[in-house]
Parts: sequence; C-alpha cells; structure tokens
Amino acid sequence: MRLILAFFIAAATSTVAENKVVVGSKKFTESYVLGEIAKRSLSDAGLSAEHRQGMGGTIILWEALRSGQIDIYPEYTGTIAQEILKRSDELTFEQIANELGKAGIGMTEPLGFNNTYALVMLRTRAEKLGLRTITDLKNHPELKVGLTHEFLDRQDGWRPLTQLYQLDPQNVIGIDHALGYAALAKGSIDVKDAYSTDAKISENDLVVLEDDRQFFPQYKAVFLFRFALPEPVISALRKLEGTIDEAKMIRLNAGAERTKNYTRAATLYFDSNTTSTTWTGGESFPHKLARWTTRHLELAGFSLLLSVLVGIPLGIFASRGGAIGHVILGFAGIVQTIPSLALLALLVPLPFFGISVRTAIAALFLYGLLPIVRNTATGLQDIPRALRESAIALGLTPAARLWQIHLPMASRSILAGIKTSAVINVGTATLAALIGAGGLGEPILSGLNLNDHATILQGAIPAAVLALLVQSLFDLLDRVLIPKGLRL
Amino acid sequence: MVQLVGVSKTFGDAAAVHAIDLSVERGKTTVLIGPSGCGKSTLLRLIIGLIQPDTGIIQFDGTQLRADKIDIVRRRVGYVIQEGGLFPHLTARGNILLMARHLGRADTEMRARLGELCVLTRFPENLLGRYPLELSGGQRQRVSLMRALMLSPELLLLDEPLGALDPIVRAALQKDLKEIFARLRQTALLVTHDLAEAAYLGDEIVLVNEGRIVQQGSLADLREKPTSNFVSEFINAQRALVLT
Repeated sequence: MRLILAFFIAAATSTVAENKVVVGSKKFTESYVLGEIAKRSLSDAGLSAEHRQGMGGTIILWEALRSGQIDIYPEYTGTIAQEILKRSDELTFEQIANELGKAGIGMTEPLGFNNTYALVMLRTRAEKLGLRTITDLKNHPELKVGLTHEFLDRQDGWRPLTQLYQLDPQNVIGIDHALGYAALAKGSIDVKDAYSTDAKISENDLVVLEDDRQFFPQYKAVFLFRFALPEPVISALRKLEGTIDEAKMIRLNAGAERTKNYTRAATLYFDSNTTSTTWTGGESFPHKLARWTTRHLELAGFSLLLSVLVGIPLGIFASRGGAIGHVILGFAGIVQTIPSLALLALLVPLPFFGISVRTAIAALFLYGLLPIVRNTATGLQDIPRALRESAIALGLTPAARLWQIHLPMASRSILAGIKTSAVINVGTATLAALIGAGGLGEPILSGLNLNDHATILQGAIPAAVLALLVQSLFDLLDRVLIPKGLRL
Repeated sequence: MVQLVGVSKTFGDAAAVHAIDLSVERGKTTVLIGPSGCGKSTLLRLIIGLIQPDTGIIQFDGTQLRADKIDIVRRRVGYVIQEGGLFPHLTARGNILLMARHLGRADTEMRARLGELCVLTRFPENLLGRYPLELSGGQRQRVSLMRALMLSPELLLLDEPLGALDPIVRAALQKDLKEIFARLRQTALLVTHDLAEAAYLGDEIVLVNEGRIVQQGSLADLREKPTSNFVSEFINAQRALVLT
C-alpha cells in the first residue's frame, strides 16, 4: 500500500519537478510583484523560471528555501535578523550576509528601498485627534487597533513596541492585511500596521505615525537565493540590485492593485528600465480558468483516489471492531477535527512534504479518509447477522464473502462516503493555493489580498460549480454501481 | 448421519445447551421442538459450525467436525433460516447458483439442476430474475430451499423455515416440504415450535427444554408415554390451542 501511495504522489508531482528555477513569494502584494520581477529577469536572461505566489509567511518561505523547494525569494534585512537569525541585537548588512552564508544561502545587495513596518491611520481621524507620532497613541487607549497576525507575534512586532512606547490599548484584534484596510476605511478599526511602501497609504489617504523612538529596524529589500544555483541565475538576479527606490516600489504596488495583475505590474519595472519587447502580458481569462480548474481537479482527484484506496481497506478492518477498529476510526476522526490550515502548516515542515503539490494532496487525502472509512465500516456492520451467517453456512471462503456479499451489500453506504469526501475535497482544495499548489484557490487568495471581490469570485464560483457537478456525477454513479436489488 | 455426544455450549445470556446426545438418522426427518429459547436453534448452529461447542463431540458422517475442514462439511449441508437469508443484491437465480458458481460448476449442469429444483419446489421459472424484495414471503422461502438443495446436500438443516409465513402459505409449504423430503429421501433436521408441524413432517420428534433433551420418539410416544410432566404440559397446551 505504501508503494502505491508513493507512486501516485510521485505521479502527481512530477509535473513541477522539472529543472526550473523556482521563485517563491510571501502572501502580500509587494512580495508577489518582486517575485514576478525576479521571474521575468531570469526569463529575459534565457533561464527557465517559475513563480510560486503567496506561499505564506517568513518561516515557511525560509524553510522552503533552505530545503531547496524554492531557489529564490524576496526578503527584508530586518526580518532576516529578527525572525530568521533570531538576533535581538543590531546586525550590519555584512554580518547578516555572513550568517546566511553559513546556511548556504546568499543575499543580493539591497534592491534600493526600505520597507519598514509602520502604524497608519486615516488622515482625517489622526488630524481630528491631533495624533502625529506613535507616542501620541499613549493618550488614546480607546482607539481600536487591528494588526496582522504576523505583526502580533513577531519578535520585533507589537508586544515590544507597546513596551517601548508604554502603550496600553483596550482593543486589539488580529485581522488579514488586505481586509484591515477595508476595516480602516469603514472605521471598524482606527490604527493598523502597514508597510511603508504600501500603495494603500496614498490611495486611502492614510498617514504614517512617526516612529519617534526609532523602534522599527531597517527593512531593506533583498533577494535571498541558494548558493547552489548556477552562476547565470545569480548574476541575472544581481542585476536588480539598487534599481528600485521607495517611490518606484509604491508605484509598482499601486500598479498591481489597480490592474489586479502582478505580472503586468512587474512589466512596469521593465518598461522604464529596459526595452525588452518580447513580453506578451498575462494569459487570457479562459486560459487561466482552464489551468486553475485542471489543477484543482488533479488535486481533488488524486487525493480522492488515495482516500478510496486506503480508506476502504481501513474501513473493512474497522468494521471488525475491537481495539484496532477503534484506533482507526479514532485517528480518522481526529484528523478531521484539525483545521485545514493547521493541517497544512503541520505537514509543511516534514521532510517529504514541504511547500509542494504533495503536501496539498496529502492533506486532502487525510481529510477525505474519515467519511470513507466510517461509511465502509458502518455499511459492513449494518449487514444483518442472519445474512452474514447464511454466507458462512453456504461454505463461501472469507474472500468470496467479502467481495460477493459484504462489499456489494455495503456499496450504497461506501459510495455515499466517497461522495462526501469528493465534495469536501473539491471545496478544501482551494486552500492548496496557500502553499503554492495552485488550483481555484489562486484567484481567491489574490482577490483576498487585493481586496477585490471580482477576482475572488473568479475562483469561488467555479469551485462551487465544480462541487455541484461532482455531487451530480456521484448521483449518476449510484445508479451504475449500487446493485439493483438494493435500490428497490 | 450426524451425531452429538455430550455437547454443551453456554453463552452470556442466550440459549445454552447442556450435555446433549443426539443422533440424526439417514433418510429421516428429525424435528427439534420446544419453547422459544430452549436451545434448539443453537443445536443447528453448532452442527453447521457457526459456533463451537464448549465440550462434547459432533460427528458428521462418522468424522469429527474440525474448524479447518468445516467448509467441506458446509458444502454437504443445506441451511434454511426463518427469514430466508437471501442476499438482497442478488436475483433469485443469483442466490441459488451462488455456491455452484463459486465452485466453478459447468453452466449446463447448473441450468439443468435449476430447472429440476423449480419443478420440485413449485417455483415459477419466470420469477428467477427477480430480486428477493420483489418476491412474496412464501416465494422467498422456496428460493431459499432451492439454494440449500442446489448442491444435493446429504443433510438439510431448517431453522423455523415457515415461522414467518401466514397460515395458508404455511400449510401449502408444509405439504410441499413433506413431498420433497419423501421424493429426495432427504435427511433433514428441522426446528419448529409448532407441534402440528412437527407431527406432520417428522419421523422422529425430539422435545427440548432448557437446553436438555426431555424426550425423543413419535408423537404417539410423547402423548401416551410422557417421561415427565413437562412433556404432557407442552403437548396439552398445543392441543388445547388447536381445539379452541
């Protein structure tokens, strides 16, 4: 069984295992845009590159880079010192480069801008309250503060900031970065964390509260890359050093948010830098939709196949009761209670999985297991004792009893379990985009990030339609697979 | 044909049997009768190997039953239960031929046998394609009987085969069963709680109570030479029911 499993997983992931340079990015606009710029520079230099968008936060990207699942990603010096190297003292640029070198990771020179954290407010609100600096917040503990989850937990984030400034706000909530801007505009929150090159600052007429006690460290943008990369890749990447200042980055970010298209925003960089003309722009919507849907079905299909291949035998064992049966059903039940995001996060650090399609398929496979195991077990247990005994009394061998009597009689229940798993998988597969595995979750995630409902719907509507189609397909399968005598 | 010597079986709270000695003679119909829960069905389940005795020996055709050889014995024994025990996902034909197909019997042989059985059990051949749920209770028991007879068993075990049928269907089936047993010279062991049925079908009547054999013989023996008060009470209770 383990061999079969390995085979299917290998088959499912072989398409992404080519000899491409893999660029990763974090889940926010600027990182997406920088990722696209890197990919484009490599392509222009005649190198084959792939961009896995919005894979998650710092640690996920760092682990992926270190284990070679990605080759390059954009990072900030402050984040490297605090989060990756876990250093609370000030490090020079050279010290950071030296430390990274020990892990086999290289760092480009700064790209040219400093994107530090900042606290922002609506300009009108700040002026009304007379707030100009972070120190001024001390007199207004009633203000509602909405912070990204990462900022709340970072070592250079919210907690040490409140200690330094001696703030004691009454109302602090965690909120997604993009959604936070909408909350700020609506007045549901008053203060939020932002990046100093964020396009939203000028778009929404926000003010940056002055960091009057110099709490935030320098966050100079760089690319991190693996030393093992071929020389042409590294030199193509190094051409980007010192070419993007704050104003330009804000413009690129604004471009990305306006056009809802990171690829096109990245071309803004090249349009003013070079005269490269071969660029054709983004792919058409039908083409994208086809790509998302195909990947989505691959994810849901492979994982369902695995769930069936593993779930039915487990269900057969579980139906025999006893300690093993309880353990099997208990395990499948526990997996189901793990939130899907947490399950992905648990699988990512494991050696075989990481940031990959494998992980997405493994997570979906685990989710699909319980309905199939449970329905197989109950379907078999529900066979009346008199019929079980009749099969024995006839002299049928155990294998013949299982295949000719028990499984056909339990087929309705088993198929219902598979149907449940299929519908769950089609829905949950949208989360695969979080770890760069693609599918219809990709537009949903981008749309969420851009706070753009149209883009969200481009993924959400096809995903819902798919779920309905899968449901109907199984209703048809019922007629084919369930013996007629059981449908009377 | 079958011999039980000192067979005991106890369960947590279900019907148990205690030190039973019983012999089923070739070519005869032996009837086990007694109140519900007296252990008569348990005896059939012991013979077909669905449960194993705690103590004692069960011999089939001179050899002792062994767990690893039980399937061979099962294929020489037909077993019919009250609810028929037909598999709902198979047609009547599928149920009857299940075991023969499993053993890889030739198609022509199976078809011929199926025809014989339909005549013998008075089952309309055009209903063979129906599923159990599309048949009446009496038809289902006929199919169940055909399934049990398909491989020409040396012994037929019937556990209250007519217990769930209404009286008219039941009477018709009793008559057919008697004819079938006579024509096939079938060795049969039948469990019932109905004295009239026992008297009508049985060559030998075995009265069981609380897991022990109380008396064995013809109905006349039981009526005229009861060995205990229980025998008279059991017979009189049933006769009173029939008369009133």
